[in-house]
Amino acid sequence: MKHLLSAADLSRDEANAILDTAREMHAIQNREVKKLPPLRGRTVVNLFFEDSTRTRSSFEIAGKWLSADVINVSAKGSSVSKGESLRDTVLTVAAMGVDALVVRHNASGAVQRIAQWVGCHVVNAGDGTHEHPTQALLDAYSLRARLGELDDRHVVIVGDITHSRVARSNVLLLATLGARVTLVAPPTLMPSGVGSWPCETSWDLDATLSGKAFGDVDAVMMLRVQRERMSGGYFATEREYAIGYGLSPQRLDLLAEHAPILHPGPMNRGLEISSAAADGARSVVLDQVQAGVAVRMAVLYRLLSGADEPVLEEAK
Amino acid sequence: MSYLLKNVAPLGGAPTDVLIDNGVLAELGTDLARGAAEVLDADGLVLLPGLVDLHTHLREPGREDAETIASGSAAAALGGFTAVHAMANTNPVADRAEIVEQVARLGEYAGLVEVRPVGAVSAGLRGETLAEIATMARSAAAVRVFSDDGACVHDARLMRRALEYVKPFDAVIAQHAQDPRLADAAACCHEGEVSGRLGLPGWPAVAEESIVARDVMLAEHTGSRLHVCHVSTAGTVEVIRWAKARGIEVTAEVTPHHLLLTCDLLAGYDPLYKVNPPLRPADDVAALRAGLADGTIDAVATDHAPHAAHDKDHAFADAAFGMLGLQTALGVVAETMVATGLLDWAGVADRMSLRPARIGRVAGHGRPLQRGEPANVTLVDPAASQLVDPDALVSRSRNTPFAGRTLPAAVRATFLRGRPTVLDGKLVNGIPA
Ligand SMILES: [Zn+2]
Repeated sequence: MKHLLSAADLSRDEANAILDTAREMHAIQNREVKKLPPLRGRTVVNLFFEDSTRTRSSFEIAGKWLSADVINVSAKGSSVSKGESLRDTVLTVAAMGVDALVVRHNASGAVQRIAQWVGCHVVNAGDGTHEHPTQALLDAYSLRARLGELDDRHVVIVGDITHSRVARSNVLLLATLGARVTLVAPPTLMPSGVGSWPCETSWDLDATLSGKAFGDVDAVMMLRVQRERMSGGYFATEREYAIGYGLSPQRLDLLAEHAPILHPGPMNRGLEISSAAADGARSVVLDQVQAGVAVRMAVLYRLLSGADEPVLEEAK
Repeated sequence: MSYLLKNVAPLGGAPTDVLIDNGVLAELGTDLARGAAEVLDADGLVLLPGLVDLHTHLREPGREDAETIASGSAAAALGGFTAVHAMANTNPVADRAEIVEQVARLGEYAGLVEVRPVGAVSAGLRGETLAEIATMARSAAAVRVFSDDGACVHDARLMRRALEYVKPFDAVIAQHAQDPRLADAAACCHEGEVSGRLGLPGWPAVAEESIVARDVMLAEHTGSRLHVCHVSTAGTVEVIRWAKARGIEVTAEVTPHHLLLTCDLLAGYDPLYKVNPPLRPADDVAALRAGLADGTIDAVATDHAPHAAHDKDHAFADAAFGMLGLQTALGVVAETMVATGLLDWAGVADRMSLRPARIGRVAGHGRPLQRGEPANVTLVDPAASQLVDPDALVSRSRNTPFAGRTLPAAVRATFLRGRPTVLDGKLVNGIPA
C-alpha cells in the first residue's frame, strides 16, 4: 500500500493488520515515555487546506510518538483564489523532501489528485464530502474494543449522510470487516444512489434502533449536523430534526446495554445527541479520540517503515 | 484559383466531379474537364457542406492565453467547420455592439472560418436587465443568436422579454438551461449514483428539464424562436419532442461529448471530464443519440471550451468547466452516429451544417450541394481514422478528454468561399500566431 486515500483501498487483511498494529501502539500511550523510534529521520507534512484542530493534532502526535519530524502546513483559502494551481502548491511542499503528506482538503477527490502528482506517500485526512478513512479505522477500532470481531455486527449510522465523509468511509470499511450497516437520515440528507451502497437505509430511527426494521442493533454512530444545512432547506428546524433523528434519552432505552454510542465530534448537544447519550456509560466518544492517535500511528508506521511486512508492499 | 474534385461523393451519394471556381460550386457532373483548375483526387471522399458550430467559446477578448479567435478559427477549419458562433461570455462580455463587431472583425482577419458573434441576453450576463440586443442585431456584426451561455436566464420575466425583444430581428434566444436553485454554481456532477459515491455536488437532470419545459411554454406564448443549448438528459429530449409536436418553434443542440462520454468517467476526479451540463449516465446518452437521429435534437454543437492547464490543475470542484471540441467533433459524431447506423452522411450534413446554419441565420452556409451555391464545403475521408494527440491540436489549450483515443473519419480539406483553408488535413497557411 503506497497511499491511504479511501477506505476502499483496504482489504480485510490490511484493515485488520492496521487495527492490530494500532492495538500495539495504543499500549504505549499509557507509558511515561511515549516515543518509539521507527520513523526517526522521516518527515511527515500535515498539509491542511481546511481547518481541523482535532484531526491535525491527532496526526501530529501520532507522527511525533513515532519519532518522525512532523510539520504542519496550513494552506487555507483555496489555491484558486490565490491564483496558484493546487498542483503547484502541492509540488512546492512535496519538493522539500517529504516522506508522507497527510492532506485535508475541502474538495472531494482533491487528495486522490494530489497522490497522482507527488512521489511520496499520501494519507487522506478528509476530502470534502467524500471520505475520511482514518476516522473509519478509529471507529472500527473503538467498535472492536467493545464488541470484539465485527462479523455480522449491526452498526447504525444516523444523520447527514449526504455530506458526511465519515459515513462514506465507514460504510466501506465496515462492509469489508463483515459488519452490517444501516444508514438513517431524513430523505433530504440521504445521498443519491445510496441503494447501490453495501448497506441498508431507513428514514425511521425508532424502528431501526428498536430492531424492528433491520434486526438488533450492536452500535450506533451519530453524525454531526451542520446547522447551515437548515438554510439549504434540508430540514425545517433544529427542534424537528432533534425529534426525528436525535439520540434522545427515550431512544437510549431502545438500545441494547452492550451497544456503544459513537460520534466523530464535535457534538451538537441537544441536536443530534442528548447529554444523556454523550456522557453515559455507553458513550465511547473519548475512546475514539484516543484510538485516533493509535490508528494514525499504525497507518504512518505501516506506510513508512519499510517493506518487511507483506501488507506494506506497494499494491501497484 | 479553382479546384476540381474528382470522384467525390456528395453527402456520401454517387461519385461525381465538382468544380469549385470563383467562390462557388461552379459545376457538378461526371468527367468534368480540368481546365485551369487544380485537380484533387477525391476518390472515396465524402463532400459535406461546411460544418457550422452554434456554440464555440473563443475566449477573445479576455483569455487569449487559453484561445484566440485566430487559434480557435484554425481548430475549427481543421475540424471541417466553415462557420462558428462565438459565445458571449468573454471578458468583457459581448453585450454591446463594439464587442460583437470586434469579434466579427478579428474573425475576418483570421480568415479561416466565418466567426458569427453571439450577443449576451442580459447586461454583463447578470440576468437582471436586457443587454443592448437591438443595437447588436443592427450592428455591422448583425447578431442573430443571443445567449447568456455559462449562465441560465433563470428569471422567467426576463426570459419572456428577451424572447419578445428579438422578434423584429428574426433572432433566437439560446438558453443554457440550468435552474440555479436546483443546480448551483458548485454543482459539477450528474446527481445520481456517481455524485453520491464520489461526494460531489449533484446537478440533477430536473434542473435542466424544468427550465426547458418553462421556456418552451414561454416560446409558445410569445411566438418566438427558442434554442436549447447542450441538451444532456433524456427528459429534456422528451420535453422538446412534445413541444415540437405542439408546433412550438424550438430547436436544440447536443454536444459531441454528451453523445459519447458518461459520468462513470468521473471516478478518478479528472477535471478533463468536468463540463457543464455534466456528463450523464448511459441511458441519457442513448436518448440523446436517438433524439439526434430522429431530428428532435436539431444540431450537434461543440461547446468548445478551451482552458489553460493551470485552470484545470485543481481539485475537481475547483477546476474550470469545459473541454475542447472543434477538432474532434466530426470524429465523435462518426463514431456515435454514423458507425452505429443512426445517421448517414446526409444526416450528418443536416445536423452539423444545414440546421445549425438555419438556426443561426448564417447566410451562405449549410446550403445544398448544388451548382451556384457558395463553396463552403468540407471533404471527409470516411475510411480514415485519427489518433487524438493533444500536442498536435492547434488550439492554445490541451483540455481534450479524447487524448489517446482513435476516432473514425478524418477531415481532408475545408473550403471557405472557394478558398481552401485546409488541404491534406493541414492548414493551408500554417498555424496562425
Ligand atoms: Zn452552456
